[in-house]
Amino acid sequence: MAEPLIRMENIRKSYGRVQALVDANFHVNEKEIVGLLGDNGAGKSTLIKVLSGAVPLTSGDIFIRGKKVSLRNTSDAIAHGIETIYQDSALVTQLSIARNLFLGREPIKSPRFLNRMDQDAMNSVARDLLRQVGITKNIPPTTPIGSLSGGERQAVAIARAMHFDSDLIILDEPTNNLGVAETQGVLSFVRSARDSGHSCIFIAHNIHHVFQVVDRIVVMRRGKVVADDIDPKKTTVAEVERVITGMSDKEIRDAIADGRQQHG
Amino acid sequence: MENRSLIQRLIARAEFGPLVLLIVELAVFWGINPDFLSPQNISNILAFTVELGLIALAMTLLMTSGEFDLSVGSLFGFSPVLMWTLYNSGVTSLELGLLVALVVAAFIGLVNGWFVTQLKIPSFLVTLGMLLVVRGTALFITDGFPQRTWSAEGSWLANMLVGDFYVGPFRVYASLFWFIGAAIALGYVLTQSRTGNWIQAAGGNPNAARARGVNVSRVKVGLFILSAVMASLAGVISSLRTSAANPNSGTGYELEVIAMVVIGGTALTGGRGTIIGTVLGILILRVMRNGIVLIGVPGLAYNIFIGAIILGMMALHSWLERRHQAGT
Repeated sequence: MAEPLIRMENIRKSYGRVQALVDANFHVNEKEIVGLLGDNGAGKSTLIKVLSGAVPLTSGDIFIRGKKVSLRNTSDAIAHGIETIYQDSALVTQLSIARNLFLGREPIKSPRFLNRMDQDAMNSVARDLLRQVGITKNIPPTTPIGSLSGGERQAVAIARAMHFDSDLIILDEPTNNLGVAETQGVLSFVRSARDSGHSCIFIAHNIHHVFQVVDRIVVMRRGKVVADDIDPKKTTVAEVERVITGMSDKEIRDAIADGRQQHG
Repeated sequence: MENRSLIQRLIARAEFGPLVLLIVELAVFWGINPDFLSPQNISNILAFTVELGLIALAMTLLMTSGEFDLSVGSLFGFSPVLMWTLYNSGVTSLELGLLVALVVAAFIGLVNGWFVTQLKIPSFLVTLGMLLVVRGTALFITDGFPQRTWSAEGSWLANMLVGDFYVGPFRVYASLFWFIGAAIALGYVLTQSRTGNWIQAAGGNPNAARARGVNVSRVKVGLFILSAVMASLAGVISSLRTSAANPNSGTGYELEVIAMVVIGGTALTGGRGTIIGTVLGILILRVMRNGIVLIGVPGLAYNIFIGAIILGMMALHSWLERRHQAGT
């Protein structure tokens, strides 16, 4: 089998005495959308933070296309082609679409010592990207992010990751707080990212959204990966929910009943 | 959005309100007392304007990055005291004294920035502490007395910073050109350079900026240093012009400078800043200070007007901001 794009082996992460990740093993293949699921506190976000360089791992190895890498900070991860789109912190609302797209990697006009951004180039690339990602409405690239809808913001963030040729785009709860039509829009942006050769990790609380878009489902529980090869076409939402909670049907029903009694 | 008329776009700009206010102010003062626009009075206004203005320009960038600096007023007083003390005691020449004062200011800015970015203490508390340390030092090394300053006459340094000459009937100080140069340079940095993009991102959404590999801490530390150095330079310019180095000078300037910046349309919370707005804000407050005296309002009433301007301008900016966010 071909070497996966990303392979994480025996990842441990502890915050003081709390073990957030316990020997987690995880991989993403080329041109694949992986849905990462798990209850609150299962270790999804810690795993993602380790992979995006936001927190250092306690022990374990990360390989990109078979080569061992160390991701000490977010710049390292970006340099290795790993782009993370966090729910609310992806964009600067006061800045324009074009300025957000190029934030941290602004093209410079010569002479270089003047440090002057090439705003014409930025605007024209931004215009093309918005079209490419599937936004049909005519939005000028100088529009501040603050006046875009939630779905449009996700589109800008995804477009940015595509433009900078990230091999892996990590989407943390991209469909949260979005309406039905906007959610479908975001799911189609994710598909268009895969179709143009990018891999994605898709994290969402709403399992139905995950089912609609991913190629493979990975489930975490208590800091471990407990299932990493679930094919969404060959299973049901209920089945995956059982894996997430680690409970049988009866246990789930009992838990719901307990909850009702407590709230009643 | 692109097909809005020029006038509509002009009105939507943060600088529009301050511009109108300045024009109204000039018209009212001139209407009541025509001497207000006499060459002599204009020269007077400009001389003072420049010194606080230099600080306000640097503060604009710092506030855009989401921080502010309360220690600028104390540096304004401390730096000339340090320079003159070194010079009068024969330790350094005047030029070297200035250099030492600027380096010490840069170090103070570095310490401010380090406390804010590394220890994560709000800039309000850090720079308030620094205000007291710096002002206290100025009072301590002078025993509270002004320093001797009369020997600056004719030094090339004094000529370069505050040398005066006449342009037609206007008496102009060299410092005016320093101010204009600084305004153009910092306006360029904020709107055209990639550093400016990082400054706005650092104030608007530091986490997003960090996630894009922008070194937010370095940007902020750099701006704290800039703010301290500009305050120090402004203090020296003022001291050379007035031939005085009083350890108490600059008291309360920090709030006046912050008022100038926010009146101009820069957000106190960061993410949005305008140098043009700040220049307007500087002029609005200096013209007000000068004008109300000239039309016979007691100078003690000055703060009432300043307060009213701040409140009115904040209301206007917040209204514009809400319209802006609504995408209209």
